[in-house]
Amino acid sequence: MVRLLWEVGKRSFRRATTYRLATASGAFINTVFGYIRATILVYVATVSGGEVRGLSAQELATFAFMSQGFIMIVGAFGSFELPTRIRSGDIEVDLYRPADLQLWELANWLGRSAFQVLARGIPPVVLGMLAFDLRWPDPTWHWAVFGLAAVAATVVGFALRFCSNLLAFWLIDTRGVDQMVTLAVSFFAGLILPISLFPPWLEALARALPFASMIQLPVEIFLGLYTGWGLVWVIGQQLLWAIALLLLGRMMLASATRRLVVQGG
Amino acid sequence: MRLETARAELRLYRHIVGARIRSDWQYRTSFFTYLSAQVIFIAFELVALIILISLVPKFGGWDRAEIIFLYALATLPFSLGDVFISEVERLANTYVRTGDFDSVLLRPSSALVQILALEFELRRIGKLLPPAAALGWAAINLDITWSAGKAGMVVLALLGGTLIYSALWVIAGSITFWMVDFREGTNALTYGSQFANQYPLHVYPGWIRAIMGWALPLAFVAYVPTVFLAETANPLGLPAWFAVAPPVVALVLIAVAVVMWRTGIRHYQSTGS
Repeated sequence: MVRLLWEVGKRSFRRATTYRLATASGAFINTVFGYIRATILVYVATVSGGEVRGLSAQELATFAFMSQGFIMIVGAFGSFELPTRIRSGDIEVDLYRPADLQLWELANWLGRSAFQVLARGIPPVVLGMLAFDLRWPDPTWHWAVFGLAAVAATVVGFALRFCSNLLAFWLIDTRGVDQMVTLAVSFFAGLILPISLFPPWLEALARALPFASMIQLPVEIFLGLYTGWGLVWVIGQQLLWAIALLLLGRMMLASATRRLVVQGG
Repeated sequence: MRLETARAELRLYRHIVGARIRSDWQYRTSFFTYLSAQVIFIAFELVALIILISLVPKFGGWDRAEIIFLYALATLPFSLGDVFISEVERLANTYVRTGDFDSVLLRPSSALVQILALEFELRRIGKLLPPAAALGWAAINLDITWSAGKAGMVVLALLGGTLIYSALWVIAGSITFWMVDFREGTNALTYGSQFANQYPLHVYPGWIRAIMGWALPLAFVAYVPTVFLAETANPLGLPAWFAVAPPVVALVLIAVAVVMWRTGIRHYQSTGS
C-alpha cells in the first residue's frame, strides 16, 4: 500500500514537471506580487520606527515572499479534478481501485506539492533576495522543524479541499463553494496581509480557524517567532487541524459512497 | 471600421450578451453565490488595505480619505474592465490551446467582439460594489470643495483608467498568441497592475516607479488624478499638465493593444498536425 502511494506521488510529481513555461510564468507572477507586498510592508515598518506589531522590516519582507511561495505548495487556490470526476461519474472507477480514495488523492497532492516547492516555492524567495534583506531560520535544526510545519500545512490544504470537493456528491456545482474556500484562505491564512497585523479581535478569530495553519503559522515558524513549548503548540495545532479535516473528509466520503448511484447500465 | 460594421458588431454583442445573461439567470442560486463571492473577494482586499493604512498615522503623507480615493480610482476602472474586457483572458485556454479559435476566425465578425460576448459573465458586476462604495465615502471625506469641474475630472479619470486597463487586458491576451502557457504570467499586467496602483507611487523605489510610470503607464490610472483632485502631497513634483494626460495615455496604449492583437491573430496557428 505504501509502495503504491509512493508511486502515485512520484507520477504526480512527474506530471507536474511537464508544463515548464506555465510553471515559470506562475513563479514570475508570485515574484511580482512578492515585490509589491514586500515594498508596502517594509514601508509601513520603516515609517513606524523599524517595527510594526513586533515584526521588523526584514521579517515582513520575508513574510511577503514566503507567503507567495506557499500558495501553490499548499494549493491555496484549490484543485478541480475531483469535483469534475464526481460530476461526470468517473469517480466510480476511482472507488473501485484497490486503494483508499483519500490516501490516493493525498499522495497525488503531495507529489505535486513536492514539485511546487522547487518550482513555485523557492524561486520567489530567491528572487526576493536580490532587492530585500530576508531572514533565514537560525539554528540548523530549525529548518527541520520548518520542513515539518510545511508538510503539515500541505496536508491541511489537501484535507480542506478534499472536503469541499466532496460536496460535489450533494451539489451539482461546487465552484461557488470552492470560491468561498479560496476567499477564506486568501484572507484568513495571511495571504493578503499577515494576520499578525490584523486588529487583535480579528487576529484571534483568524488564529482560531484552520486556514492560519496553511500559510501564517509555517511562515512564522520560518521566521523563528516561536521557541520551546510555544513551537510545539503551534505545530500541534497544525497537526490537529490536519487530522480533524482528514477525518471529516473520511466521514463525508463514507456517506457519499453510500448514496452514490452511477447512471447507465 | 465603417460605421455600419461597428453597428452590426454592437448588435451582435448585445444579442449574445443578452443570451448569456438569460442563461445565467436560469441558475439563480449559483448566480448569487458567485456574485457574492466576487463582492467578498474585493471587499476583503479593501479591508486588508484599511487595516494596513491604519497601522500608520499617514500613509506616504496621505490621510485615510486620500488613500481610499486612490484605491477607488485604481479599482473601479479595473472592475469595469473586468466586467467587459477581462473575458479575453479565456483566449489562451478556451480558444488557442484547443484550436477553437479557428471557428471564431471563420465567422464574419470581429474575433475580439465574439470572445468578449461569448465569455461575458454578469456576476462580475459584483466587483463594482466595494470600489464604488469606497469612492462615495472618499468623496465625502476628502478635505476639498467639490465643483462640477472636479466631478467631471473624476469621470474622466475613471474613463481613462478603464481604457488603460482594458488595453492591458487585450495586450495580455495577445501575448498568449505567442506563448499560450504564459497566461498566468500575464496576470502581472492586469491583477499586478491593479494591486500596485492601490498604493501611492512615491512609496515605491525608483525602479518600480519607472515601470509603473513609463513602461506600463499605470500611474496615470489613479495616482496622477488623485494628486491633483485630492490636492494632496505631491512629493514627486508632478507638473500640473499631467492632470489631463490620462485619456491621452489611454489612447496610446489602445493603439499598442490593437497592433498587438492584430499581429497576434496573424501569428495564430491552429492545433493539430
